[in-house]
Amino acid sequence: MEHISINETALLSIAIFLPTVGALALMFFDKAAIEGMRVTALVFTGLTFLATLAIWYQFDTSVAEMQMQTSYAWIPGWNINYQLGVDGISLPLVILTGLISMLAMMASWSITKYVRGYLMLFLILETGMMGVFLALDFFLFYVFWEVMLLPMYFLIGVWGGPRREYAAIKFFLYTLVGGVLMLIAMLMFYFGSAEATGGESVFNLLTLMEIAKEGGFSTTMQTTAFIMLFIGFAIKLPAFPFHTWLPDAHVEAPTPISMILAGVLLKMGGYGIIRIAMPLCPYGTQYAAYALVALGVFSIIYGAFAAMAQTDFKRLVAYSSVSHMGYVLIGLAVWKINESTGATMGNDYWAMGVNGAMFQMLAHGISSAGMFFMVGVIYDRVHHRDLNKFGGLMQIMPHYSALAVVIFFAGLGLPGLCGFIGEVMTVLATWNYSPLLAIIAAAGVILTAGYILWTIQRVYLGPEYKGPHPEALLPINGREATVAYVLAILAIVLGVYPEIMFGLMRESIANLTVNLAEGYEAARGLGEQVGVLINR
Amino acid sequence: MSVSEILNGLIYGDLTRSIEVFCPEVLLCVTVIVLLLLRLFSLDHKIPPYVIALGGSVVAFVAVLLQFVFFTTGGAETNLGAGETLFSLFQLTEAGVGSPGELFTGLLMHDAFTLFFRLGLTFFLVLVVALTVLTGIPDNEDGPDFYTLLIGSTIGMMVATSANHLLMLFLGVEMMSVPSYVMVGFLKGRRSSSEAALKYVVYGAGTAGIMLYGLSLIAGLLGTAEFAELGPRLAYLIDGDGVTLSNPNIVVTLLGVMMVLVGLAFKLSLVPFHFWCPDAFEGAPAEIGGFLSVASKAAAFALLVRFLLAMTASGGGELESLNLYLGLALGVMAAVTMTFGNLAAYGQTNVKRLLAYSTIAHAGYMLMAVSAMLVITNAAESSGWSAAQVQDGAARCVEGLMYYLAVYLFMNLAAFAIVALIRNETFSEEIEDYNGLAHHSGTMTVLCVCMGVAMFSLLGMPPFGGFFAKLLIFASVWNAGSIHWLMWALVVIAGLNTIFSLFYYLRVLKAMFIAPRPEGVRSINMSGLVGAYVVVITLPILLMGASPLQNNLSATARYVASVLFP
Repeated sequence: MEHISINETALLSIAIFLPTVGALALMFFDKAAIEGMRVTALVFTGLTFLATLAIWYQFDTSVAEMQMQTSYAWIPGWNINYQLGVDGISLPLVILTGLISMLAMMASWSITKYVRGYLMLFLILETGMMGVFLALDFFLFYVFWEVMLLPMYFLIGVWGGPRREYAAIKFFLYTLVGGVLMLIAMLMFYFGSAEATGGESVFNLLTLMEIAKEGGFSTTMQTTAFIMLFIGFAIKLPAFPFHTWLPDAHVEAPTPISMILAGVLLKMGGYGIIRIAMPLCPYGTQYAAYALVALGVFSIIYGAFAAMAQTDFKRLVAYSSVSHMGYVLIGLAVWKINESTGATMGNDYWAMGVNGAMFQMLAHGISSAGMFFMVGVIYDRVHHRDLNKFGGLMQIMPHYSALAVVIFFAGLGLPGLCGFIGEVMTVLATWNYSPLLAIIAAAGVILTAGYILWTIQRVYLGPEYKGPHPEALLPINGREATVAYVLAILAIVLGVYPEIMFGLMRESIANLTVNLAEGYEAARGLGEQVGVLINR
Repeated sequence: MSVSEILNGLIYGDLTRSIEVFCPEVLLCVTVIVLLLLRLFSLDHKIPPYVIALGGSVVAFVAVLLQFVFFTTGGAETNLGAGETLFSLFQLTEAGVGSPGELFTGLLMHDAFTLFFRLGLTFFLVLVVALTVLTGIPDNEDGPDFYTLLIGSTIGMMVATSANHLLMLFLGVEMMSVPSYVMVGFLKGRRSSSEAALKYVVYGAGTAGIMLYGLSLIAGLLGTAEFAELGPRLAYLIDGDGVTLSNPNIVVTLLGVMMVLVGLAFKLSLVPFHFWCPDAFEGAPAEIGGFLSVASKAAAFALLVRFLLAMTASGGGELESLNLYLGLALGVMAAVTMTFGNLAAYGQTNVKRLLAYSTIAHAGYMLMAVSAMLVITNAAESSGWSAAQVQDGAARCVEGLMYYLAVYLFMNLAAFAIVALIRNETFSEEIEDYNGLAHHSGTMTVLCVCMGVAMFSLLGMPPFGGFFAKLLIFASVWNAGSIHWLMWALVVIAGLNTIFSLFYYLRVLKAMFIAPRPEGVRSINMSGLVGAYVVVITLPILLMGASPLQNNLSATARYVASVLFP
């Protein structure tokens, strides 16, 4: 199929740097023109979203490899390139980033303090997020990964709730620890690649994947690097026991930033595992597969129980993220092999698990961002989040409550809504891997239903609202309704017709699993040869 | 050979060439003399001293820049129209500036490495003088004294970076130290300033004595003081005797090298020779802190690299294991220094003191590169590296060091400059008095944002230069890890240190951005010029971390570093 190539190579860079241009443009506004700045920022996030849609339009779903690649030598002395590209794994997340950023910007009208600084940091943050999903050079990836950290620190620290300082530094510390681990792993791959390429060390992820596929990295190195990379990404994901930053950061962050955190930032953890940790260390992935699935299952159950125990509305949603992202982890890691030959068993099930994990990330991006937004809407009105003081909102704000219930049901995983697809696919794939773990993971669904239904009961149902500021409970305005409608409709559309997204990712994911299986066998084969030599 | 022949040889041998290369230093000396004469003829009320100082340092910078361009491009081939006229203005010739080699009968060295450092130092001098104009320290009365000391110290540093002889090593270190003792105590009325100067001078004198003793041991043992001769003579001396502590020659050499390292470690404020540093920085005006933390460190590192390379240039053999251990010992020292610096910075409430500990930690990061360089040059071949790999690996270490110093120049200067400029408005250098500063309007916000950039760069966050510099050093040290595992451990320790350092850098930013503005503070109006200066020195931090220019600097640094490893 022939595509129209309007600025095909430039499109990815536009999607990354358009928000930065917007941030610079904001500097020229008069201090008093707050409304103008907000609208400008919204226009720039909207244009960025359009750019991501244009990428979608030009994307060829039948190709598994990277598309629209751009590569410029940046620092040739160290083989660092400005290299971008998009495939079926990154494209859905890029679109999600564009969408959630735009919606979060719409939700940012509630910010009234230091508006210019807020908007500029927000736009720089979007650049960082886009860059992470589009970078194909390890160094570039790392730069974008950390770039997103700086604005986030200030966005939580300056515009957050009462314990914002603590939450912001905790977020920074956790991510930095992950970053340092990733940096060391990056150096390991950089110098490890020299042998396979004939003396040239590279940061190019595609080349590194190719080397890993041929078993060019030793088994020890793969396991060590995988553990370091995994911890780095698991912090972002977040998986138990690296999740403790998340409830604090989510609770203290202002509503739009919570939306970004839940909607996009957590996906970076999953994306990092699927884009970097797994393809670069096939042996390491397989080595740790059971532990990962077990960790995922534990996160599901743990997150659900923790959510059930909360009385703070936002904290509840935050723990539900821990639980939901557990499905991502199990979906990625259900890689069953024949222990004696090393051949992958049931590759289709595994691919289904990875597809489910990817879909779960998208679904969670929509439902979780929606839930945070819905919490934010009432928090803006009554200025508290105590679940026990709510009740009866359905009668006072019926429009809002109906939308909220749809979104919460999406989070619950009700069939017909987006949350269901990802959960069911990952759990099905887990059955092939380990029926026991699948049963436990499936039991998590009941717990999820438990805390979400209980929440709906406590907040929206009930006879009357008895908490503070009942007079402030006004119906939602047009801007808020727009955000909520977009998310609710997407939750329904993706739930009814998930093929929109599966169609994009299927080829790339199939390719990924096949390459990983090959890479594992190659690394294992080489490892055995060495073992035989030593035994002689 | 008669005396007149020797004199003729001196004059007609390399004197013209030496003067041609030495021209920037001479220009700085002329500036100093003009400054002093100005007061003699009471002209200092008519012409402000900073005009002379700024003019002189700019001219010297241009002179070095031209030398650098002439040297790297080969002079005649440049297609710069104006360049050629400028080259002829400074009378740059192919045989003089254009060709590397010894000057003044072997006392000084002229090569790309030296030029790079001299360029950095003169550029830094220009920036510091500009800063003092903005902050108003010194006043018109003290101006000639102050600029004399500042420029004199810079000349000393330039001599130190070109040293090719043990005598020049000592002279360079002393020439840069003695004026800085006075500058630290420059605020005469303040007790803390005088105390700082006294501590600094006592410590400095002590370590200088030890270093001189070490130099005399080396020179006495080897019968030469020329860098080029040290390595070969040592190898000749040890030849076949075995490298053990029962060999008296080895003991004396080790003692000598260690004593010289004490002197250099003092200049670099490496643990355990760092005690002067926090006190001196707290007592001295922030401008001087910025100058000392960058310039004297850069010069001392250049000297350290040259001295160590000279001592270890034995060309393999028995001394390799000894040199390897020297490298590893420096690595341990680096690890201790950065860990100590970062941990000690925690409890600080004074920004200058905090920055002083931060400079100690950064010296540790940079020392890693030197240690990895020694490890690579001395053990790589026995562990199966090809000569090309050794050359490349060692050059990458020095490249990392030079890139780090280049970024460090801007980020540390920016941090100290902002401290000085804020002090001029709020009369305080305590962190708690920075509360809510970012929420003042106008220039103060610009200053705070730039402080944020400088701090994040010091922390080593992308997209700022500090990150890339750190990565270069980490990468080159990691590379050396395949020779000795300690280098891998060193990278891990340095990574941990990055995490430690997060808290105190963020503490300053937290005060500026997150803490609320105290009630009843007066609003601050600063001139736009101040903001412009700070932006000008902060912008390079970003350019060195996320722009194509990064490649140019990295490639230049690589080229310059490769000169050391022929």
